[in-house]
Amino acid sequence: MRIILFLLRKEFLQVFRNKSMLPLIFMVPIIQLIILVNAATFEMKSIRIFIIDNDMSSSSRSLISKISGSPFYKIVNTGFSYKQAMDEMHKGKTDAILNIPPDFEKKLFKENTGKIQLVINAINGTSAGLISAYTNTIINDFNRKIIIDASQNIAVNASLIKSLNINYSFWYNPELNYKTFMVPGVLVLLVTLIGFVLSSMNVVREKEIGTIEQINVTPIKKYQFIIGKLFPIWIIGLFELAFGLAIGKLLFNIPMVGSLPLLFFVASLYLIVVLGMGMFVSTLVETQQQAMLISFFLLMIFILMSGLFTSIESMPDWAQYIVKANPIAYFIKIIRLILLKGAGIMEIKKDIIILVLFGISMMSFAIIRYRKTS
Amino acid sequence: MNIFKGFVIKEFIHIFRDYRTMVILFGIPLVQLLLFGFVIKSEIKDADIAIYDQAKDNHSKRITNKLLSSGYFRLDKDLDNYDGIHQAFREGKVKLVIIFEQNFSEKLEKTGNANVQILADASEPNTANLLVSYSNAILSSYIKDLNSTSKMPYNIITEIRMEYNPELKSVYMFVPGIMALLLMLISAMMTSISITKEKEMGTMEVLLASPIKPFVITAGKVVPYIFLSIINVLIILSISYYVFDVPIKGSLFLLVSVCILFILTALSLGILISTVTNSQQVAMMISLVALMLPSILLSGFIFPIENMPIVLQYLCQLMPPRWFIEIIRNIMLKGVSFSFIWKETCVLFIMMIVFNLLSIKKFKIRLE
Amino acid sequence: MKETIITVRNLSKKFGDFIANDDLSFDVYKGEIFGFLGANGAGKTTAMRVLCGLSKPTSGDINIAGFDVYSQTELIKTNIGYMSQKFSLYEDLTIDENISFYGGIYKLSNKEIKEKKELLINKLQLNAVRKKLVRELPLGWRQKLAFSVAIFHEPKIVFLDEPTGGVDPITRRQFWDMIYEESDKGLTVFVTTHYMDEAEYCNRVSIMVDGKIAALDTPVNLMQTYNAKNMDEVFLKIVRFS
Repeated sequence: MRIILFLLRKEFLQVFRNKSMLPLIFMVPIIQLIILVNAATFEMKSIRIFIIDNDMSSSSRSLISKISGSPFYKIVNTGFSYKQAMDEMHKGKTDAILNIPPDFEKKLFKENTGKIQLVINAINGTSAGLISAYTNTIINDFNRKIIIDASQNIAVNASLIKSLNINYSFWYNPELNYKTFMVPGVLVLLVTLIGFVLSSMNVVREKEIGTIEQINVTPIKKYQFIIGKLFPIWIIGLFELAFGLAIGKLLFNIPMVGSLPLLFFVASLYLIVVLGMGMFVSTLVETQQQAMLISFFLLMIFILMSGLFTSIESMPDWAQYIVKANPIAYFIKIIRLILLKGAGIMEIKKDIIILVLFGISMMSFAIIRYRKTS
Repeated sequence: MNIFKGFVIKEFIHIFRDYRTMVILFGIPLVQLLLFGFVIKSEIKDADIAIYDQAKDNHSKRITNKLLSSGYFRLDKDLDNYDGIHQAFREGKVKLVIIFEQNFSEKLEKTGNANVQILADASEPNTANLLVSYSNAILSSYIKDLNSTSKMPYNIITEIRMEYNPELKSVYMFVPGIMALLLMLISAMMTSISITKEKEMGTMEVLLASPIKPFVITAGKVVPYIFLSIINVLIILSISYYVFDVPIKGSLFLLVSVCILFILTALSLGILISTVTNSQQVAMMISLVALMLPSILLSGFIFPIENMPIVLQYLCQLMPPRWFIEIIRNIMLKGVSFSFIWKETCVLFIMMIVFNLLSIKKFKIRLE
Repeated sequence: MKETIITVRNLSKKFGDFIANDDLSFDVYKGEIFGFLGANGAGKTTAMRVLCGLSKPTSGDINIAGFDVYSQTELIKTNIGYMSQKFSLYEDLTIDENISFYGGIYKLSNKEIKEKKELLINKLQLNAVRKKLVRELPLGWRQKLAFSVAIFHEPKIVFLDEPTGGVDPITRRQFWDMIYEESDKGLTVFVTTHYMDEAEYCNRVSIMVDGKIAALDTPVNLMQTYNAKNMDEVFLKIVRFS
């Protein structure tokens, strides 16, 4: 036990003495947290739309005013030339084009069908889908209103005009505040990045400098060495999490419905998984450069397949199996369940067991792989 | 010039001798592009929903069918009371609950108006928002069809055309992003680490004490990575073209030239990082911890920049990948010529110059 | 009869096809300074790493301070000290912190560490700089400190791998004075070097050529056998004839 204390003291001294490391460990992640959570939204604030109105009728004008009245749209330009509009889209100046042909109103009332065209820049398929859904809803509303307005004149039974009252409610997060969702997620990513990078560089760094030899001729036990190396990073990770949550509470007012002790209990298990993995990488490689490339490779996969930025359900089935081996995905799920929905230990026990199994296997790999002899 | 050649050869030997690094260096873009190309999709399909149908009549069943056959939704469970909703959400699987009121069809037929309630689990607000928009659009088109079949007059038909990406493939959007991310991080990481490594080992001092100019030393370190990165670009482009059918509508020459410009920018950033620190650990922290998430989130890779708060939009302008992604999408998907993207290209070029000037300045300060 | 502390019989170490140590057998006696000489790449460091338990031998029987190198590696480690070719102190820790750290992992009590540290720092006259980072010390001082740290836990044997590489002649002389002092107290010193003048400081030297021991005796006897004026000549003759 005393040996571990000496190792710990040494590791802490080395971390806190490194003046350029400290801001990277403590400041950079927090600044990133504050800035980045604002970026992660699909919510369309202003759809830029170019309107071609060749009809110039009262119907076309009232459709346009419906669109300009909606907070979702920003009319960037109006004109008569389709080519000009396409040019604007080509230059990336507009997201959508609404094209109302010359005889729209005439056909609508004479032939009972009026056609309009909506062209959407679909490079971002998700945005395109949303633009199409929003615009369709507006046009359908507008259409219904025309029919109702006209029904007095043409003696249509009003009850034949069907409509639905659609009533939405967003549970757990009524204002659709994406930050409450992103803060815990981004925080988990940052804590993971720090923990993984520090632990994967650690042993291999001593290998490169040569001090590992000196440690290896001492009677120190493998597990003592690994605990001594990882414990400081573990503390740093938990501290970072606590700090980040405090910022989240103060700045973004994220809800904390569930139990914080439970959260930190799971976090401490999770960090063991991350650090074990980092340590395992560190024992596999010969140089810090290799450690970094492998960390980069794994972290990219873990982050982009964590379900934070894109949903896991939309991935193909085989990829969902890969996600089952992604510890970040479990922890993001757990932290969300605890903070936002107030889940108790019983509701997350399955995920906790999985994390524990991950932790045990990662640590065993690291301890088996770390050799005092070559 | 001979000295320079010698240097470049030395660096190549360093890189090639270390076969593990080589494997990883070429393996990363290959594996990640293949993986992410199939996996990263921002649209949603087969989201689990629950339906609480109090009416169980003609219209409610038909709407349910329409929802479930849209491809967006999959029925997880039928609920028979309100209490079940909370439970379903807490289990975390169900993302959306749709409630039809009692006598739904009767009301719709007689009064022309009926109530539907859509409850979304908004603890994932982005997903909730998409799902509500999708279900809303399906409901509204059901009603529209109903009205047009009942011979209502005055129908507006909207013809929708999805320009540049008619099938709404996510790959079109993400290939340029993944490319930017990989080139940016690998180039910046590799240069910053390989230079700081020489510093840490003390071999940098030996080199600096020789009559060779520091510029030559640095260039010698960077040239091999330019070659490696260009090979990576070709790998990425081939996969995206042959495996994912992402078109290259514009000029291939222009595309590769822009890639090289971007690689140079990223390498310059790597050099700048290495002038700030002497330790590999710090260089790695900067290139991984400080660069990775901003490159993902502030570049327009996943989340559109136009949706962000204004301040953040300005911040995005400082990210090299943001410009690169824009250029690449324009060339590959829209097929534009250089006259459309010269501004973005200039921005990248200026960034590269600035990174290099800063490096030189830092370097001079250290010598004094 | 002198007491044997290191027994090596038929030690071989292979890396694939390459034979680094080929059938080495020798004894080291308690309290002597045993020199391990050879050109670069002759297999000195490999053999020393095997003796320290850093590397497993391919075959052979080796006994260090009464313990078997295969089964009792960890027991060996409490009884030896090691100073490697590469720098073995933490450059980003102070002198004080390095000493305490190594004292700690060799399970010395806090009291012991404190007392012995004071003695050591006084002896090396490092009082003024004890709070300085090791990286700020001149190389010669660092080597002396590294040696002192390697024997801080009072091991029976200390292994020194080219301890004086890159150090000026005066510091080298001082370094050897330290080795003599410890040897007089009963410490066994096993040292590799390629400085032939240093070989003359040893009680006995073995000369390695291409993974084999070509000669093993006291420097005086070797010079007589090979009819040489100094160890340099001995070495050249051995290398030439083998």
